[in-house]
Amino acid sequence: MSVKLTTRKVGDVTVIDATGRITLGEGSSTFRDTIKEMTVAGNKKILLNLADVTYIDSSGIGELVSGFTTVSNAGGNLKLLNLTKRIHDLLQITKLYTIFEVFDDEAKGLASFN
Amino acid sequence: MTSTQSLEYLSGFLPGHKHAMHNADNPLVTIVDQQLESTLDSVDASEDRAKVLASGMGFPEEDAYQIGYAVREALVNAVVHGNRYSANKAVHFVMSRVGGSLHIMIEDEGRGFDPEEQADPLANENLLNQSGRGIMIIRAFMDDFVIEKTERGGTRVVMKKSLPPGT
Repeated sequence: MSVKLTTRKVGDVTVIDATGRITLGEGSSTFRDTIKEMTVAGNKKILLNLADVTYIDSSGIGELVSGFTTVSNAGGNLKLLNLTKRIHDLLQITKLYTIFEVFDDEAKGLASFN
Repeated sequence: MTSTQSLEYLSGFLPGHKHAMHNADNPLVTIVDQQLESTLDSVDASEDRAKVLASGMGFPEEDAYQIGYAVREALVNAVVHGNRYSANKAVHFVMSRVGGSLHIMIEDEGRGFDPEEQADPLANENLLNQSGRGIMIIRAFMDDFVIEKTERGGTRVVMKKSLPPGT
């Protein structure tokens, strides 16, 4: 199953709940388009919930980085929430753990923006 | 890894080779030998197949996931960067068991690829690059990994993962 993204507003933070696979092709373009649309619409505080992402390949990881850059360049922040062990391991291998702010508690993630 | 060493790994796919690791005690058993179309559908199907076959060989779930992941990354490179989705070019996909190890070979018909020319994805200045992490992840997930130019100018990768002791 390709990735499905659902967005919700909590205060001035946009939470994206992602479900499924973020891989080369449809999954990664869906993610890229959504982040761009949000940034254009002025949403600059984004918390990406990866709890239900079952798989992410290196292209998907590239999309996370691209999303991070897009939001940062617009003066905002993209932070990650609820990494599975596999995604956590991938961020360790790729050293991206040093780039992303990561939370395992939504309330703490939301609070970190203010 | 030198190309001489890589030949030893490749020998798992070349019956009678002077460096052959397979013998009467460690026979080579070919599990998959396919010519794949250069499409993302081929990648998805082969990743699933590799994972299922690895489980069937006795690899634990996490190892089977890593094998499927490595196959996916290598096939994406072959399809996207090697064959550039060409309908006239195939990707050769082989999985073999030699003794207690799974050997995987993936070969494309592209123009070749020099990993030495790729930017180090772990260098601070490259951390925000969008691509270039696949090979690093394959190396982390497999016990051995070699990449070289084929005789026809394409790219061949060979990777190996050993079964847990007692499997």
